[in-house]
Amino acid sequence: MPMSDPMLPQVVRVLRRRRELPEVWTLEIEPASDAAADAPNFEPGQFNMLTAFGVGEVPISYSGDPQRSQRWVHTIRAVGAVSTALTRLRAGDVLGVRGPFGSAWPLAAAEGRDVLVVAGGLGLAPLRPAIYRLLAQRRRYGRVTLLYGTRSPDDILFRRELERWRRRLDVDVQVTVDHAVGDWHGHVGVVPALIARADFDPARTSALVCGPEVMMRFTLAALRTAGVAETAIHLSMERNMKCAVGLCGHCQFGPTLVCRDGAVYRSDLLAPYLPIREL
Amino acid sequence: MNPPADADVSPAVLTVDGFQCLIDELQRRGYRVIGPTVADGAIVYDDLASVDALPRGVGDAQDAGRYRLTRRDDEALFGYAVGPHSWKRFLNPPRLKLWSSRREGDGVRVEPAPEPRQPLAFIGVRGCELRAIAIQDRVFLGGRYVDRPYDVRRRGAFIVAVSCGTAGGTCFCTSMGSGPRAQGDFDLALTEIVDAGEHHFVVEVGSDAGREIMAQLPSRDATSADCRQAERIVAATAASMGRSLPAEGVRELLLDNLDHPRWDQVAERCLSCANCTMVCPTCFCSSVEDSSDLASEETARERRWDSCFTTDFAYLHGGSVRATTRARYRQWMTHKLATWIDQFGSSGCVGCGRCITWCPVGIDITEEVRAIAAAPARTGGSDHADGHAQD
Repeated sequence: MPMSDPMLPQVVRVLRRRRELPEVWTLEIEPASDAAADAPNFEPGQFNMLTAFGVGEVPISYSGDPQRSQRWVHTIRAVGAVSTALTRLRAGDVLGVRGPFGSAWPLAAAEGRDVLVVAGGLGLAPLRPAIYRLLAQRRRYGRVTLLYGTRSPDDILFRRELERWRRRLDVDVQVTVDHAVGDWHGHVGVVPALIARADFDPARTSALVCGPEVMMRFTLAALRTAGVAETAIHLSMERNMKCAVGLCGHCQFGPTLVCRDGAVYRSDLLAPYLPIREL
Repeated sequence: MNPPADADVSPAVLTVDGFQCLIDELQRRGYRVIGPTVADGAIVYDDLASVDALPRGVGDAQDAGRYRLTRRDDEALFGYAVGPHSWKRFLNPPRLKLWSSRREGDGVRVEPAPEPRQPLAFIGVRGCELRAIAIQDRVFLGGRYVDRPYDVRRRGAFIVAVSCGTAGGTCFCTSMGSGPRAQGDFDLALTEIVDAGEHHFVVEVGSDAGREIMAQLPSRDATSADCRQAERIVAATAASMGRSLPAEGVRELLLDNLDHPRWDQVAERCLSCANCTMVCPTCFCSSVEDSSDLASEETARERRWDSCFTTDFAYLHGGSVRATTRARYRQWMTHKLATWIDQFGSSGCVGCGRCITWCPVGIDITEEVRAIAAAPARTGGSDHADGHAQD
């Protein structure tokens, strides 16, 4: 009985490509052939390894709706050779996929509680599947708040969707930018500053945080100040990753392997290590 | 490897000629026989055609940053400590093709790389190396995902262990509990006896496969005197070891001292050359490289050993997470001695001393631990460390 090889990518096709921002693209791809077709086949917070054949492989979080199992959605910023090659794929092109890998946002554990989603920059992408599920199962949760910060109004990811969510009466959506330009009339400043103004009950709030590491450190401090328990805060870490299955050693963060123990962590498990520089 | 089914496997004595029969028998059974031999002024592991390829009468002198072969005044076949090679280069080769792909029409077909047909037989695996293999077994085979290339090589491997009759200049296996006696998962374990014109091996059988092979070799039952002599040799080796690491508390010590000034001090000496990670028998980190022909018709992914001492290792968004040598040395040492325990259930160090010998500036991991232990300060990681200790 041949054992499956976790390093072997499956070949799938691009279904659709959409430009989000000047260097950010969303790819909709076929799910891996061994994934369930008619049931959720990944958990919000998980990621895939995507291969541009002949170029390389990178970890990319799911950014789509977990209820839509017929397509896997990934939002990619073109920064290096592999991510650039991936963002140049068109509908019908092939790519390699391994996954899903990694831990998930604790959405079941958050039922009955207020949920505070804090995202910075492209960190909104790994949180979007969680937002879809929160909204799809809105009655199971208390107050739902989304705080999103980005550099400038031109860098706002998923802008139309944010506007749509903002029109709902059962979600509080706040967007802030570091640098206001033109006709921006919204918040200006860093996203942790929005936490003090948000309406949630710290004693029964679950916080989901994803963004640049410095943003997450300050968010963590603001959440602590607000009185949210360390064990109710989850954050998604990012490290260089080559294998995604705990065998290559690249994604170590302190005693953990991000691919195996994360990328979504309960913050009390990371708290001793987050302040250590260059860990 | 399964332990022998019946308990009637008393130790045997094998002569040097009998040792040649062992190599012959392994080859006859289709094994690729690999063992120590001399190349480029060092003991390395390579294919062995006969007992004559073993480093007969060769010893070594090792110290921090120093390695020299010496001439012994006897004809011992295993009279040296471990060299720069370890068995990981055969179980997890330094460069390994994982798969290739070929364009077919408007699609792509991925083909797994071919697997080796020949099972491996390792001759001369030391106690520390048995421990190292067991540690890599936990990394590659013990988690949720099994590493297939390692698994196919490891599963059929036949292991002839050798207890050490001489301690190397940088060895500290006694303090790590991994040697100098060969113990653990072996098929046969030998202790070499070279004494007053006598030259033979006391052989302990560790598996059914080992017993089957032994049954084909010219040997006699070991007497209690033979066994006592073997024990004395191993005890003398254990007693002559100059270095040690504390058996307990190193994990907590290091995680509580992640900002200790000693890291700055060692960073001034460390060249970040990665030698320690290449020679370490447990360091397993790897990277992958994709390649393609000019037309992108055929592509391949190759895995190669990597090291946490390179700046690329922790590259993220335009820079390395560990830009300084201080951070990279700290990552290596805390991983080896501390966080390895969190990740894989044991220390990543076996006490073989290779990282000390092959460090071009002679950094000594045991000395670095002692320096931090001499002036510890609680600077970080402590909450988690304490919490974990109570689990």
